[in-house]
Amino acid sequence: MPKPKVAFYWCASCGGCEETVVDLAEDILGVVEKVDIVLWPVAMDFKYKDVEAMEDGSIFATLINGAIRTSEQEHLAQLLRRKSRYLIAYGACAQMGGIPALANQFPREQVLRFNYEEAPSVDNPSKTRPQTVVEDNGRRPRLPAFRNVVRTLDQVVDVDYFIPGCPPTPNLTKAAFDALLSGNLPPKGSVIAPDVALCHECPRKASKPTDVAFTQFTRPHLTLADPGKCFLAQGLVCMGPATRSGCQAACINGNMPCTGCFGPTSRVRDHGAKMLSSLSANVAARDEQGIRQILDGIPDPVGTFYRYGMARSILRRRVDLGVNGNGH
Amino acid sequence: MNKEWQPRLVAFFCNWCTYTAADLAGVSRLKYAPNVRVIRVMCSGRVDPQFILDALAKGADGVLVGGCHPGDCHYVEGNYKMLRRYHLLKRMLKDMGIEEQRVRLEWISAAEGHKVRQVVNEMTEQLRALGPLGLPQKFEEWDREVERLAADVHAREAADAAAACAGRTSAEEVTHA
Repeated sequence: MPKPKVAFYWCASCGGCEETVVDLAEDILGVVEKVDIVLWPVAMDFKYKDVEAMEDGSIFATLINGAIRTSEQEHLAQLLRRKSRYLIAYGACAQMGGIPALANQFPREQVLRFNYEEAPSVDNPSKTRPQTVVEDNGRRPRLPAFRNVVRTLDQVVDVDYFIPGCPPTPNLTKAAFDALLSGNLPPKGSVIAPDVALCHECPRKASKPTDVAFTQFTRPHLTLADPGKCFLAQGLVCMGPATRSGCQAACINGNMPCTGCFGPTSRVRDHGAKMLSSLSANVAARDEQGIRQILDGIPDPVGTFYRYGMARSILRRRVDLGVNGNGH
Repeated sequence: MNKEWQPRLVAFFCNWCTYTAADLAGVSRLKYAPNVRVIRVMCSGRVDPQFILDALAKGADGVLVGGCHPGDCHYVEGNYKMLRRYHLLKRMLKDMGIEEQRVRLEWISAAEGHKVRQVVNEMTEQLRALGPLGLPQKFEEWDREVERLAADVHAREAADAAAACAGRTSAEEVTHA
């Protein structure tokens, strides 16, 4: 019997998710033994036309990481969807937009202007910007179009499963492969990770006060965190109460609070709103001025609570931005 | 019939004070704007910020939350919890491009039927001045970007297939690669 075919693809991402596949270390040999990798741009030389030539549905599973922002990413997502039996959103960006989706706070024009004109490292006096088509000695090279909106994978194509994390851990990746290859799969649309909050598996759980009562908020770079005490009890924003577990509290063990890369549990629709709710309700003050003063310790609520989840949130994007031309 | 746009206001009123006040406004035959849709919750502290976002995303132009005055909460702390959430939510909504007047928190006791009338009327007029928020239409407009692409992809693949049949290499072959 031929081995099942597996493809990996990356969209708007940093490459960290690809690292995790490599981080399977010797376990990757077990995976490679059982599957045939047919596309993996970061590691192997296959061409898109090789994929195009395949029969629809002939790839057993495709893991796509990264958010969707360009027409190329949309195109490949559609192509791989058609060719694959299971399409899996791999990592926080494919699942929820991730860090790239923070750009949904800004117009497209501002993103382009900064990156091609204003960034301190840019030297571009003619203000050249990438064009989708140019004329070059009779050739017409083309570049993908840059969209106004950063999207999750499931906002572009139908997705079967989600593997969370920035990046997903090798353990989760291995568990997902085991589930796929054994056919022991959860219902379609599931996030393949435990469905409880991170606090549940947090080594500092015992030091979490029943009544947190924040009198001030601080930030990791402004304080030396006690390595044995619940971050919330230290006035640090830790997304643990609203975030899915499954990372084995990796950041907590590195003495950094959770920033929410695993997204919410299945009972929560909007990760950021839920965390905002939990955190602010526990502010100690009762008067408006006191409340405001304490909450001022969170200077950027959107970037804090939607660090990975902007595209997946209820609002998805700054609502006064358009989709025409330069995003105004 | 008047087909002119009318603001839609969703109101979450707590069972013990503000909802009772709305009842009082009713039995007192006070007239107020019919633009409000009241949802009774047991306490303003039950209003999850997700409810407010969801109401806006589903087509509300504004959301009003009504609770007991500070110190009067039937559950002692609920209205304070709402007050704290409200402050941070307002900052978050501002950063997401939603005008401040679209979300409002008011303390209205069971005896203040007239205040229900005043707040609902005021807010309806403010929303009328702001115009529609129209999030469902915005989401649809954003997603047309993707629909256009799907059509483009199909057209290009059909062209490539035709070129392949004709035995020549497309000039724009693997343009994305």
